[in-house]
Amino acid sequence: MAKKASSSSESTKGESGGQKRPFVWARKDLLGMDELSAEEIVHVLDTAESFREVSTRSIKKVPALRGKVVALMFFEDSTRTRMSFELAASRLSADTMIFTSKGSSVAKGETTLDTVRNVKAMGVDVFVIRHSQPGAPHMVSRKVDASIINAGDGAHEHPTQALLDIFTLRQRLGGVAGRRVAIVGDIAHSRVARSNILGLRKLGAEVVVVGPPTMVPSAITAMGCQISHSLDDVLGEVDAINMLRIQFERFGGNLFPSLREYSKVYGLNSQRLARCRKDVLVMHPGPINRGVEITSHVADGPNSCILQQVTNGLAIRMAVLYLVTQAGEPEIRNSKTK
Amino acid sequence: MNDLIITNGRVIDPASGLDEIGDVVIAGGKIARVGKARPKARRTIDAGGMIVCPGLIDVHVHCREPGHEEEETIETAAAAAVAGGFTTICAMPNTHPPQDDETAVNYVIQRARQANLARVMPVGCITKGREGKELAEMSLMTEAGAVAFSDDGEGVASSWIMQRAMQYARMLDVVLMQHCQDPELAGGHMNSGAVAVRLGLAGIAAAGEEIMLRRDLALVERVRCRYHVQHVSSAGSVALLRQAKAEGLPVPAEAAPHHLLLTDAACMSYDPNYKMNPPLRGARDVEALREGVADGTINCLATDHAPHSAEESELEFSLAPFGIISLECALGLYAKALIASGAMGWPALIARMTVNPARIIGQPLGTLAVGCEADVTVIDPKRRWKVKVANWQSRSRNCPYDGWRLTGRAIATIVSGQIKYEA
Repeated sequence: MAKKASSSSESTKGESGGQKRPFVWARKDLLGMDELSAEEIVHVLDTAESFREVSTRSIKKVPALRGKVVALMFFEDSTRTRMSFELAASRLSADTMIFTSKGSSVAKGETTLDTVRNVKAMGVDVFVIRHSQPGAPHMVSRKVDASIINAGDGAHEHPTQALLDIFTLRQRLGGVAGRRVAIVGDIAHSRVARSNILGLRKLGAEVVVVGPPTMVPSAITAMGCQISHSLDDVLGEVDAINMLRIQFERFGGNLFPSLREYSKVYGLNSQRLARCRKDVLVMHPGPINRGVEITSHVADGPNSCILQQVTNGLAIRMAVLYLVTQAGEPEIRNSKTK
Repeated sequence: MNDLIITNGRVIDPASGLDEIGDVVIAGGKIARVGKARPKARRTIDAGGMIVCPGLIDVHVHCREPGHEEEETIETAAAAAVAGGFTTICAMPNTHPPQDDETAVNYVIQRARQANLARVMPVGCITKGREGKELAEMSLMTEAGAVAFSDDGEGVASSWIMQRAMQYARMLDVVLMQHCQDPELAGGHMNSGAVAVRLGLAGIAAAGEEIMLRRDLALVERVRCRYHVQHVSSAGSVALLRQAKAEGLPVPAEAAPHHLLLTDAACMSYDPNYKMNPPLRGARDVEALREGVADGTINCLATDHAPHSAEESELEFSLAPFGIISLECALGLYAKALIASGAMGWPALIARMTVNPARIIGQPLGTLAVGCEADVTVIDPKRRWKVKVANWQSRSRNCPYDGWRLTGRAIATIVSGQIKYEA
């Protein structure tokens, strides 16, 4: 891991009260929730909390990453995550470059590693990588000397999504320890599910994943969650329901017999919402298939925090960009909002 | 005058049950005598403290030539073989173009002769182009010198074609080597299970191997041809083979070093050096394989030496090709998995690397019987050494064992009485 920083760096975290040993972020990469400790997760959330304020200013910019170059490497399509990272980087005054594989040399057969090495040769400090192949950011981090942030790798992890989900839960519920969260949908092919399970478990929440066995591998319980094949069974017992998108494009073939059946059995609609706790939080990582996994009435209703998730995503990504570039540096807590 | 005499070694010849201190005398490229007498020879190797055994045989090697000479050639594979103590290797036919006709078989034989290191015996395709649709010209390839047939890399999916191939194999008295894998369950990148789920990688369930093995056993029972199971990977397959043997249908089978030493947990790093086909499975499977090798259910050891270029090792796990190289450290790996673990002693290990594979491919090799080809390997069973892949003869470097400390290695490899390798 990274070097130790001087112990003089004062924590400004509210809940740490200055009593605990000062926390120093030591990671130059953020590859997954798998590698983060509970303390590190809380640190990202707390850092994001202080960045949230920046977006309320009239001049929504801080110089924390001035002179740094952030390359957004999107080997796989993305709207939300890419725009969120782009805005986050520019709010921190970084220079950004955007790569998308469509129309690039990847289409001519250039490998991921060659592509990244070529962009790196322009002088890049941080690579934000979205890739269809699980482990791609990990491979790059082994071979390229720069900060690597995983913006979603295949069905593996999507750590900033989990962080923004947990951030939103914490905001709305006051904390996540002891809370129970349902994640519904194609768990097998979902990086959002994996990162959420890992992160929520580390912070002491319970997670139940819901879907048909074709979408919920039994071995997922090794990650510390429970399995239910009945959405109706779990409705009344959860504090939040995270509805995953049915990803038509990712895997073909017989995950469920028909969309109609799926949405009848596993879709979240008003009738089901009525059986939930009154204050249940309805989440969705987007993009939504309205009328499939969630009805418009629920997605746009008072229990939904879907747009709040997007807003929080910006603060989380600012925090992550900031932290990985300051890894191990003692001035970490003081410079960020100057 | 004799050519070569290897004195004072522990001579182990499982074919004849021999295990005693003695000398091996070689003349005219053949074994002239095994015993205590010490006639004169042009060259003497003092094998005190060493094991002297028939030359090791690996029935499962990918030489990559023709087609991918940047990864390996018949010459470099043969050089790697003798450096690992192997005097005979079988060249799998998934080359480009595939070895599916007599010309291709002749090419392998000719290139092996030019290399003049280990014996390289061609394996022909079961089906044309390894496409599983039409039988390849098995008769003509057998005449040309193919010792076995396989579509390795894939199993023959069609039961109909497989039955036809078996009928031909029976007529020709050659062996079919099957890579048991149901193609419809083959789409993944690693063993199906908790690690694959965690990594978000599509899994390859052991059931895919066992389904084809069950089918083939049913066909072998019907056709009664020579049939060999390649790289057995799962506890379920071991159980199937053991049961078949108990019911009077013994079929030979091989195990690869990686399946005896590594589990799918190694994939956690996304290092493609742990991407195998069949995949690394669980600890229970490793245990079952070791037991299967110990009790003879699996009677053969084979490396599945699969060279890949450095470029291919720089790909994402899911895009990287399957397979690793291990010819040059296999003996030490087997010793670690099977001898150091207490599963068996040297004579049993040597049987699984000499006479048993020789019988599988139907060649009069793998023995020190007088008059046989003088293929001999001298092993230092106590030699402690460190794997340094950078120094290997193989043209590729895709190997997860780099830096491993092993005990036991070949110190001399003799083919037809000629020393081809000496440490």
